[in-house]
Amino acid sequence: MSVQKKYRVLIGKPGLDGHDRGAKFIARALRDAGFEVVYTGIRRTPEEIAAAAVQEDVSAVGLSSLSGAHLSLFPAVVEALEKVGAGDIPVIGGGVIPKEDIKVLKDAGISDVFTPGTPVGHIIAVFRSACELQEGRRS
Amino acid sequence: MMSEHILKGLRDRDPRGIARAISLVEENDPLADEILASLDDSLVDQAMVLGITGPPGAGKSTLTDRILSNYRSQDKRVGVIAIDPSSPISGGAILGDRIRMMRHALDQDVVVRSMATRGRLGGLCAAAGAAVRILAGSGCSVVIIETVGVGQSEMDIIRLADITALVLAPGMGDDIQAMKAGLLEVADLLVVNKADCAGADTLAMDMESMAREGRGKDNNKAKVCMTVASEGKGIDDLLAAIETVDASHRESGERRMRRDKAYDLEVLDWALEMTKPLIIEKIEKSDHDRKGDPRLRAAKLLEQE
Ligand SMILES: Nc1nc2c(ncn2[C@@H]2O[C@H](COP(=O)(O)OP(=O)(O)OP(=O)(O)O)[C@@H](O)[C@H]2O)c(=O)[nH]1
Ligand SMILES: [Mg+2]
Repeated sequence: MSVQKKYRVLIGKPGLDGHDRGAKFIARALRDAGFEVVYTGIRRTPEEIAAAAVQEDVSAVGLSSLSGAHLSLFPAVVEALEKVGAGDIPVIGGGVIPKEDIKVLKDAGISDVFTPGTPVGHIIAVFRSACELQEGRRS
Repeated sequence: MMSEHILKGLRDRDPRGIARAISLVEENDPLADEILASLDDSLVDQAMVLGITGPPGAGKSTLTDRILSNYRSQDKRVGVIAIDPSSPISGGAILGDRIRMMRHALDQDVVVRSMATRGRLGGLCAAAGAAVRILAGSGCSVVIIETVGVGQSEMDIIRLADITALVLAPGMGDDIQAMKAGLLEVADLLVVNKADCAGADTLAMDMESMAREGRGKDNNKAKVCMTVASEGKGIDDLLAAIETVDASHRESGERRMRRDKAYDLEVLDWALEMTKPLIIEKIEKSDHDRKGDPRLRAAKLLEQE
């Protein structure tokens, strides 16, 4: 009966490709799991995503890329967040990402990486624990 | 981010400080008192709170985006609170209004905050009202509240605004019928958006005649404006109309009166928000025989100290 804590996350798509099916799918799945999802749409710069994440005070940022530019775009968002003093917000990435890139991304500060094969239940669980961790850090 | 950092950030108008402050007040955090007490009342008093409401898809966010551009060219700092409904089933929400305003994303003097209704009994006005105060108190001379104009809680929200624009678009016949009763009464301005689409002139005429019938009390009929938000047309006229209404409300005392009513509404909302956990606790502690009328049980619970 007690009131459950609501987690706020941002889902965005950096870069130039205009395919937002993956991003929208994850946004809806998170909503259906009880998250409040700020959706910023396609073709955003890393700086725009970082600024929105700060203003919306989200506990995690999820990025989607299908264009193959994830190796430059995802770390750019991490950097942009650091630049605005929000480097503590975890960044989670997903998309068509070759196995060998996953370690590179994690080394660059992406806290988790999903590929088309990742079960949606697992994705939600990762967002939830990222949010829990972030909230814990804050209080 | 520690509490003293948040207070300092809020004072310095640091985006993160402002954003954290809104969250803490929204969550009724112990620090909320200090945050709200630290705000500059004169800024809150002076700001213009503009409500933008209307059926889904009418163009409220696109219009807000254009209004932002216009106020920014006058060098005004502007806040936006964009409210979207929570899913009644999962409790989650997709907050998508910001998409239409992304051109302002890097402008430090445009502060956009999305908020879900969270299906609250009370609390929504409290949270939105507090967010308005924080935005105004951190230097936004205009604060826009965007909300879908259906449902009671959204109606209440709009009472937080000094001025309300009802945005309609052609081809939404049923929605408009459903809203006629409530929202037309609170609207100061009727905006016929998507004036580039078929049916806009007819809708504007309907609105004109409805505006003539409505209101009456202060004999100010709502003005009808036509816009094409997606192309930025009609925005200057709309803002001029807003300014006229604002000036007349400030002079007539209508603005003060609305603020007083909004104040009482916010107090009630906070009271509900604050008592709810106490009542839940009482229910959980009371014996669970679940006999007798729930209404009587509730009355008994409230009597207990
Ligand atoms: N033709 C035309 N389309 C418009 C106009 N204004 C907005 N739109 C389009 O209408 C759609 C909805 O616009 P939004 O601004 O998201 O509408 P909204 O009222 O904020 O919608 P919700 O927040 O979902 O209730 C978008 O595709 C806009 O591009 C206009 O003046 N003319
Ligand atoms: Mg909108």
